[in-house]
Amino acid sequence: MNINLTLIGQMIAFAGFVLFCMKYVWPPIMAAMEEREKKIADGLAAADRASHDLELAKEKAVERLKEAKEEAAGIVDAANKRAAQLVEEAKDAATVEADRVKASAQAEIEQETNRAREQLRGQVAALSLAGAEKVLGAAIDREAHNELVEKLASEL
Amino acid sequence: MAAAGEELTISGYIVHHLTNLTYGKLPAGFERYDGSVVGEGGTWTMAHGGAEAAAMGFNAIHVDSMLWSIGLGIIFCWIFRSVAKKAAAGVPSGLLNAVEMVVEFVDGTVRDTFHGHNKLVAPLALTIFVWVFLMNLMDLIPVDLIPHTLMLLGVEYQKIVPSTDPNITMGMAVGVFVLMLYYSIKVKGFGFVKELTLNPFNHWVFIPINLFMEVVGLLAKPFSLGLRLFGNMYAGEMIFILIAALFSAGIAWMVPAGLLQIGWAIFHILVITLQAFIFMVLTIVYLSMAHEDH
Repeated sequence: MNINLTLIGQMIAFAGFVLFCMKYVWPPIMAAMEEREKKIADGLAAADRASHDLELAKEKAVERLKEAKEEAAGIVDAANKRAAQLVEEAKDAATVEADRVKASAQAEIEQETNRAREQLRGQVAALSLAGAEKVLGAAIDREAHNELVEKLASEL
Repeated sequence: MAAAGEELTISGYIVHHLTNLTYGKLPAGFERYDGSVVGEGGTWTMAHGGAEAAAMGFNAIHVDSMLWSIGLGIIFCWIFRSVAKKAAAGVPSGLLNAVEMVVEFVDGTVRDTFHGHNKLVAPLALTIFVWVFLMNLMDLIPVDLIPHTLMLLGVEYQKIVPSTDPNITMGMAVGVFVLMLYYSIKVKGFGFVKELTLNPFNHWVFIPINLFMEVVGLLAKPFSLGLRLFGNMYAGEMIFILIAALFSAGIAWMVPAGLLQIGWAIFHILVITLQAFIFMVLTIVYLSMAHEDH
């Protein structure tokens, strides 16, 4: 437990180790650590930026989706309208056609009726003449009684 | 474990454990352990026992303390240098992580405490912390393992914990003290003299009293620094030795001695780290004070 030359020796060793540490140990380790710190900070900043970009892209995508939906809805609307219009047009055309067909049928019926009536009238006149001839036993002058027959026929 | 000529007693065992392997100059006329008398002009030799080591006075060197201390210092430099060479900005792993943790811890402590600009303080603090920690760590090696092994190889005395040698701790403390004085004068110049003479009573009449108080305060710093570490480690080593001696008290004492050994060793893990940390922090604080210009 004596104080002796060991003290001086330890001081020299101490100085030597401190100098070694100061020259060859501390600076490279600190440099590496600082560089890594910077790298990590850069990496974090890049990650932040990327997540921000992602957010923007997401927003844009949502917007585009909305636009597309609106457009699609517009297209469907227009198509529906067009379809309704087509149906309406077809309905109108069908009505017109039906009317036309009905009208022509009616005209034909009327024509037929008239013709039948004329025919009937003629036949009635002939029958009445024949009947009258039989009743009178004599031929009735067709010319002389034409007026009478005509009157009879029109009364039928 | 007693050396030749010493009885195998508990006190002999303890004294043997507390004796350094000393190489030094015996003064002329000293009667050695084997009865021979040292001739004219003295002689350089290995001390044989505490009495011869004491007779050597200042002209002696504790070979064991010196070798263990320098060896541990080289281990520190080697580990940290190999890491420093490999250190890169990539992902750290293994030893690199551990070393960087220590470096970062020391760097943080220095940044918190030391506000001047000095490239020396942080490496100094790192060296002190790791080196003192390694020296203290030797305390956890079973007290008889290395000394007894070396004794079988013919080395008579061996103290493997350098920080239980006041020369080692005071050597570092004096080193720090020199740095304190150097930076005080360099940074403050004449202000350092003023600090010593005009504090705490700022009047010329009180200059002698001030000087006395300040010088005592200044000198107390290296002494407290070195002797605190020495005292703690010496006491810790002493208790390890006493517990080791307890094993010889009979078979019944084996279990309690073993438990004591384990308990004290676990507690000592805290002590050795704390003492290394205290030595480092106080060094930083003292150097910080040396840099503060009032």
